Formats: sequence, C-alpha cells, structure tokens
Amino acid sequence: MRGELFNPDNTAVLTRANPLAKLIAVVLVTFTLAASIDWVSATVALTLELLLLPLVGMSVSALARRGWPLALAIVLGGWSTAIIAEDAGSVLLNLGYVDVTEGSLAAAVAITARSFAVALPGIMLMASTDPTDLADSLAQQAKLPHRFVLGSLAAMRLIGLMMEEWRTLGMARRARGVGSMGSPLARFRANLSQAFGLLVQSIRRASRLAVTMEARGFGGDDRTWARRATFAGMDAVVILGGVLVAGTAMAAAMYLGTWNLVWS
Amino acid sequence: MSISSDPRTGVKPAAVRASNWGWRHSGRDQPAIKGLDLHIEPGEKVLLLGPSGAGKSTLLHALAGVLGAEDDADETGSLTLDGVNANGLRGRAGLMQQDPESQVILSRVGDDVAFGAENLAVDPTEIWCRVRTSLRAVGLDVPLNHPTQQLSGGQKQRLALAGILAMQPGLILLDEPTANLDPAGVLEVRDAVSRVVEDTGATLVVVEHRVEAWIDVVDRVVVLEPGGGVAADGPPSVVFPQARERLIAAGVWVPGHLPEVTPRKNGGSGVPLLEAANLAVSRERARRRYTPDAAASNINLTVRQGRAVSVTGPNGAGKSTFALTLAGLLPALSGHVRATAEFARGLGADPAQWKARDLITRIGTVFQEPEHQFVTGRVRDELAFGPRHAGLSEDAVTSRVDELLQRLRLESLAEANPYTLSGGEKRRLSVATVLATRPEVLVLDEPTFGQDANTWAELASLLRNLLDNGTAVVSVTHDEPFTRILGGERLEPERTGS
Repeated sequence: MRGELFNPDNTAVLTRANPLAKLIAVVLVTFTLAASIDWVSATVALTLELLLLPLVGMSVSALARRGWPLALAIVLGGWSTAIIAEDAGSVLLNLGYVDVTEGSLAAAVAITARSFAVALPGIMLMASTDPTDLADSLAQQAKLPHRFVLGSLAAMRLIGLMMEEWRTLGMARRARGVGSMGSPLARFRANLSQAFGLLVQSIRRASRLAVTMEARGFGGDDRTWARRATFAGMDAVVILGGVLVAGTAMAAAMYLGTWNLVWS
Repeated sequence: MSISSDPRTGVKPAAVRASNWGWRHSGRDQPAIKGLDLHIEPGEKVLLLGPSGAGKSTLLHALAGVLGAEDDADETGSLTLDGVNANGLRGRAGLMQQDPESQVILSRVGDDVAFGAENLAVDPTEIWCRVRTSLRAVGLDVPLNHPTQQLSGGQKQRLALAGILAMQPGLILLDEPTANLDPAGVLEVRDAVSRVVEDTGATLVVVEHRVEAWIDVVDRVVVLEPGGGVAADGPPSVVFPQARERLIAAGVWVPGHLPEVTPRKNGGSGVPLLEAANLAVSRERARRRYTPDAAASNINLTVRQGRAVSVTGPNGAGKSTFALTLAGLLPALSGHVRATAEFARGLGADPAQWKARDLITRIGTVFQEPEHQFVTGRVRDELAFGPRHAGLSEDAVTSRVDELLQRLRLESLAEANPYTLSGGEKRRLSVATVLATRPEVLVLDEPTFGQDANTWAELASLLRNLLDNGTAVVSVTHDEPFTRILGGERLEPERTGS
C-alpha cells in the first residue's frame, strides 16, 4: 500500500530483529539527544545513523523521497531559530527588524541537526518493522494491554482505506456540484464538510470492523498468540548499537565541551 | 437427540432456541424485533428472509453474541444457543457481514485467519494447523504471509469464512455475504460456504435478498414478519410456492420472477453527446516523469441521446475508473473524452476541465455508495443543492425539489437526515439528487448492488423513462437482468497489463 513506510519485500538485516529491541535502541538514542542542545552530539549521532541506514534497507535517496515533508518542516524550524534565537557575535544577515547572527545561526544548525538525528531513528524503526510484529512484541514482551494494541493495529489498516475514501469523496462531491475552485474560505468550508463525510464513513466502517472482531471472540481476558515474539542474540547487538550511538554522541560532545543539559 | 462433535473437524453443531424473543436497540422507541419463536435444530441450514426492517440483522448479531455491549437496550424473552444465553457467548457462532473491507482484521492472510482462534485461547501449534485446514476448506490458495489488501472482494469474504472456521463454531451466520460481489464472487463464496457446512455439519443461517444462489445450499426457509413473528417456515420447495406473493411484495428476489418494469416507448434519437477515443484510464494522475499503469485502455465509445450503455466485465477491470473518467471526474490518462459542441454548449470539449457547477447540468454521476454523495443534513436540502449551485431561481429550485420528492416517493422523508434512511431510500435519494440538475448524460456505478427487488424495479422503470425522454444512461453493472432491461450497447473494457 502506498503511504506506508514498511515494505513487506524488504529483506534488510534489521527487519529480522525483534521490534521491541529496536524500539529500545531508538529510545536510547532519542532520549540522549533530547537531553542536550549542542551541535556536536547531534552531528555525530546523525552521521552514525546515516551510516546505519543500509541495515534497514533504505537508501538516502529513498529517504529523501519519502521524508521530504518532514525534512522541510525541520529546515523551516531551523530557519525560525536562526531568526529568533538570542543574538551573539557578528551580524550575518540583516532583514530589517530581525538579524541572523553567528550565535543564532549556530543555535539553528544545532536544532536542525538535532531534529534530523531525533527523527531518523523512528523512521528507521518503522521502515524495518512490520506493524503486526511490533504489536506482537508490545503485547507479549512489553506486556501492554492486548486489547489496546490489537485494536490500534486493526485501526491502522483503515488508514490506507481512508486515503482511498478521501479521493472518492472528492469526486463524488464534484459530481454534486461542490467545486474545488472558489475563494480560500469557500475551499476551506468545502474541505471541512468533506472531512465530515470522511468521518462518518470511517466511523461506520470502524463499527462494522468492531463487530467483526467481537464476533471472532475479541475482548476476552485470556488469549494465546499464534506468533511468539522472542529475543535472539541479534537483539542484544541491536540494543548495544543503540547504546553505542548514544554513547559516542554524548562522549564526543563532552570531550569537545559542548554538552549542555537542557534542564541545567 | 445427542449431538457430539465431529472427530475430524472438532465442530459440534449448535441448536438455536428463540422463545418470545425481542430486542430494542438503545435510543430507539420501537423494538427491532419482538415475539419471535423459532427453533433451529443442530446442523440445519436455514435461509432467513423478510422485508427490510424485519430484524434479520438484529437476530444474526444477537446469535453472534455481539449485541450485548449496548447500554440501555432492551431484551425480552430468551434466545439461546445449546440452552445457553446467546448474549455474550464467545466463539460458539461465527458471523460474516456484507462489506468485505470490514471483514478483514489483520494485514497478513495467516494472521487474519488465526485471530479468532487466538482470542479463544487455542494452543498456538493447534492454531496453525487450523489455519491451514481452514484456508484449504475455503479454497484460498495463497501463502500465509500474503497481504490481505491484495485480495478481491470474493477472496476477502472467503478469508473471513476461513477465520470463522478456525474458531470451529457450531453455528455459522452470514449477513448478506454476497451482496457486494460480482457474479463470479457470489458463486465463489456460495460454493465455499456449501463445502464448509457439508464438511463440518455446522448449523447455518443465511440472510440474503438474492435467493437463487442459496436455494440449493439450504434445507429450510424462514420468512420473518415486519416487527417480529414468523410468516412462513419450511423446506424451499414448500415455502416458495406458498409464500410467493408475500415474498415478492417484500422485495425478495424470488427464483423465476423478474419484477415488472415500465416498457420503453421509443428508441432514442441517437444524437452523439460524448465520445471516448482511444482512451486509457487510471485513478492515479500522471505526473512529470511518472506515468501510472492504466486500469483499462483502448476504449472507444460514443454516448448518444436516449441510448443506454452497460459497462460490464469482472471486478478490477477498470470499469468504475472508466465511468469516472467519462463523467469528467478524473482526467484521461491518454486518449480523449470529448463532448460534442452541441452538448458542451459553449464550454471546452474536455469535461474534466469543466467547473463543477457546469458539469452537473450536463453529466450526472451516481456513485456506488449513496452516502459518499450526501452534502447536507436534510433530504429536501440535498435535492435543492444541485439546482441552487447551477444558479436556478429559488422558485424553480422549489418546484424541482417537490417534483422529485413525489416522483421518487420521498415526500414523507423530506425533513429526514439522509444518513438515517434505509438502503433502498438512500439509493432513490442519491439518484434523485443527481437528476435535480437535469443532466443529459447519466453515469451510474453499480446502481443495483445490494438492492431488493422493489427498489430494483423502481430504478429500472425510472431509467427507462429517462431514456425515453432523451437522457443518455451509462451504467457500470454486473447485473445481467438490469443490462437486458436497459438495452442498448454493451462495453467490456480491456484489462491492461495482465
């Protein structure tokens, strides 16, 4: 299905790792990066992550193709930092009422690199993990409530259908005379009412799906799992990898004296 | 009589007992069903019929044990499976519903079949055994990790049946299991069900308007009365002759009976309105450096005043995509859709470029799912919407709305919310809303899907009447009798790529 990050034909090494182990590694890296705002730890982590990209079967160009909206948002975030961060050092660019200075630009670079470094592990997790396997791990190993986990999993399948439905609704409404033209306000209102139509259809389908699941015995307390989620030797390596990426980034920043905890 | 489970399939057929049973859904004044007395013996195969509103679906949901979660609902009498209250009983009965999309739960075939058995806490090694047996029983020959999204409608329904089977239920419940399928899909699912009940000996209850396909599978027919009670009950050979008139009145498709339709009065002028030349179609739009695969290609067709065209062929052959392109809702992938100068009345030749308000006075499109086209909260507003957008005066709008309300028997529903109508009423309304702007070309996508015989006949009569008055009617349909009734040309788009 288009729009989903995981491709079932992906055979990269990390697709065989336990989803929970990958999740732990992701949490280690992202939490470490969230602890400090400095350009060294962010750049080191980002470099290491890009080097590990082939392990999830993703190329940089594929990443750019799929992730450009996110990248755009991050760069815009960096740009606003460059404008509004505290000014220090010489002025590099004067836009009248705002300045970009050496100090604010450094802050912007740090924020941009950090955002990329924090976002990338999550993308790598999703690209190498079948949602069903993740749900199995979360319910069986992390002991999250299975009703919640399996409910979310079934609902996720509906997202692809919703995108299809949105396009159909758009055509069905053009056939009723609702134009995609007109003033921005008119278009906004047309979209709002189309969104309402989508909501109605989604609720109908979701309640039918809920009946289907309940009729298949879903919702009881006891349940067995046809797919057993287990850890293997490889998963220790995955977690260790997470520790190494986080540790290297932190150590480099400390060595260069840029490490600064956000809460200190 | 002592019933033991089949040693091969592990299934113990269930007995159903309804004694003066009734159910009122929460938030409703009237019970959906009341005073029902019905005994179904283990292993019986029952076809359940009755007019819409007789509570057939409510009974099936109750037997499946999925009604219990409603607060503030009211139950009277008793409904039991093997002597145990059916409400909240898990795994004894399996239910299949109409919409194939909502019968699929997980994204891989094997996981989906295993889901029910997992919920019943069956031993994992035993589950995989059951999964393989069930898939074989329904004739679904795909790998266990096959994506469920790639299955056809008929395959999805068979997948659902396999999932039910893996729970080894004593009672199999089918709620219009084939209403949304093409003729090949109907037979595919019917045969799978027939094989499965034969093998397991499970009790079967089917609700279906299109009786013909199921008559050889069942050994008993029960006709419900509106509001509750049993109107007729017995083997098919007895019930159909006996309750024939009553069933026809209730809109059931009685075998050997085609509902009466107004005859055509003329053959249409045949003046060309729209032309498809060497057309290829796709839901995806072509972009720079990217050309999507065509859903269908090489289509040539002329749409003419007062003439009908039926677009036929199996599912997935790009029929709907073609109809949407012809109707100016999708751009052509290659080739052309061209309106004749007379039809375009001053606009460009390509309907896909027309503004929505110009489009609706020329080409009207009725979608398969009526709810997709509802844009207001009241039947009357729904009908007024198109003419108002086309720029008609308020007086003209009112007179058109009143005329359509009367013509399509919607007067008593004028103030109702479109979403609350019955299936047949929604269909009539969706056709009426499109007719309100008097388009000269009418495009309909599977207009008869899931409709009872009464709505079917009304629709067919209406379309014949429109044809007589010079409208061109293009319908995408699997419905052979419908195609014959409308007459005209038949088009079977070529599937591309495979």
